[in-house]
Amino acid sequence: MPKAHVYKRDHINTDEIIPARYLNTDNVAELAKHCLEDLDPGFVKKCTPGDVIVAGDDFGCGSSREHAVWAIQGAKVGAVIAHSFARIFYRNCINGGFYPIELPGALEKIRDGDELQIDYEAGTIRNKTQNTTIRFTPLPDFALAIVRDGGLLEHIKKKEKGKTENVR
Amino acid sequence: MGMTITEKILARAAGKPSVKAGDLINAKIDLIMCHDVTTPPAISMLKKHGIDRVFDPEKIVVTPDHFQPAKDIPSAELHKRLDQWAREKNIRYYYPLGRAGVCHALLPEQGHIRPGEVIVGGDSHTCTYGAFAAFSTGIGSTDLAAAIATGMLWFKVPASMKFVLNGTLGHGVCSKDVILEVIRRIGTDGALYRAMEFVGPALKQMSMEARMTITNMAIEAGGKSGIIGFDETTRAYLEGRLKGKTDYTVFESDPDAQYISTETIDCSKLEPMVAFPHLPSNGRPISECAGLPMDQAYIGSCTNGRIEDMRQAAAVMKGRTVKIRTVVVPATPHIWKQMIDEGLAQIFYDAGCVISAPTCGACLGGFMGILAEGERCISTTNRNFVGRMGHPKSEVYLAGPATAAASAVEGKLTDPRKFL
Repeated sequence: MPKAHVYKRDHINTDEIIPARYLNTDNVAELAKHCLEDLDPGFVKKCTPGDVIVAGDDFGCGSSREHAVWAIQGAKVGAVIAHSFARIFYRNCINGGFYPIELPGALEKIRDGDELQIDYEAGTIRNKTQNTTIRFTPLPDFALAIVRDGGLLEHIKKKEKGKTENVR
Repeated sequence: MGMTITEKILARAAGKPSVKAGDLINAKIDLIMCHDVTTPPAISMLKKHGIDRVFDPEKIVVTPDHFQPAKDIPSAELHKRLDQWAREKNIRYYYPLGRAGVCHALLPEQGHIRPGEVIVGGDSHTCTYGAFAAFSTGIGSTDLAAAIATGMLWFKVPASMKFVLNGTLGHGVCSKDVILEVIRRIGTDGALYRAMEFVGPALKQMSMEARMTITNMAIEAGGKSGIIGFDETTRAYLEGRLKGKTDYTVFESDPDAQYISTETIDCSKLEPMVAFPHLPSNGRPISECAGLPMDQAYIGSCTNGRIEDMRQAAAVMKGRTVKIRTVVVPATPHIWKQMIDEGLAQIFYDAGCVISAPTCGACLGGFMGILAEGERCISTTNRNFVGRMGHPKSEVYLAGPATAAASAVEGKLTDPRKFL
């Protein structure tokens, strides 16, 4: 069962998610080794596949580096839940087929180590530890379509293929 | 209902008579900026997805900057991928090493930024170009790939915040101090998803270089874009400089345009500012923080690595020597040459600074002045996050070039006005 890793912080920035000293590569496996390194050096070791990062406002602020999303995906993180997200990071998540969950008050509703089950379509988080159900506003349809296709380029490719088939 | 300059530019790009904040649009991209960190992954994605094409080789500007000249083998590989792609795709405006510079200084200097256009770049500080009355925003690698291949991107039209810059800047106070004050007031997410529109009489006394420092840091308040209207200063800067198409469209905000908020700043009351670790919003006036010992000074970056910044730093250092390691990084080869021609390089040499090749370098902790554990750096850059310039336990203090130079001379945070 995915567990929550709670960081009671606002403004967790892209330099903390993946320090720029590692940006000399775009190899996801390499980036994943350093996920959240300057925030919590032990994160990669304790993260099991599907685990969830929970944080406060403005998660992912700073650089436009998509490496931040790739590091998180590479570390097999299942989701990031934050009170709010920085704009470019949010967009990069959607473009990479990774669902960012915006949930004001998340830090009051989820404690470190809580076991969570997320239903993206319904927009609910089942907190098994606390035996509560938390609702969140699902992504708008156009963004959901991109995430469902696995990312923006997959989405574009699918659309272009559709067009060609229509012409035929 | 009237439209803001941002709404007008986006309406034009979307082929619509009007748009309003919150609208989702598909916009035609006029220019794409590509550098060595975020573009190589975009190229790989395009190849992987079998859409390895370029929508228009005339509308893409390529320059390595973050790790150039290559700082290690992996960054050399990034440069190799960027170089091969730029040549293979016949990118018209490719600036390889020797002509390469910090992207947000290079593109305006080389005449690639036109008013009224929609510009994107694989770098968060792409908002810099808004100083030219353009809509300009930073994107990640996937968006970059999509824009390179299709020349189109979706946007949500941002609501605009108005910042009225009144008064005149005092002697020794610069545009960096203005933007640090703005960010101090509204916070690092105070402009999240918004367009930050700067207006007011104080802009009249600012050069294009000074204005670019302001729009450059819109992202540090979470902004989607920063924008400054067109005027005589803009026109004069562009004249004879534009590459390719020399005509452009000037948009301006309607008197009844809608703003989500208005913030007024009396620039006459500002003093030099220093943003303390670890957020750009931790600004303090120099009078409240002078005296804190520093280990290094760094003068450069897309925020303050332009010739005017070098002149301000040199004015302080002339006839003086630095007490701490001081790294001067002209942002482009042209600025590097101007520094020599104007005698600034001599002043920096005499003061005991090292002058590097154009690069983003240590601003983002790449190389060329990395900090050790516990060290403090006074820096003209844009971010002072944990570990930004090196060791996670080092500290970055953001300031304008004169303050950084004065602090270098004294080895501690220093009010530059005593030297001017």
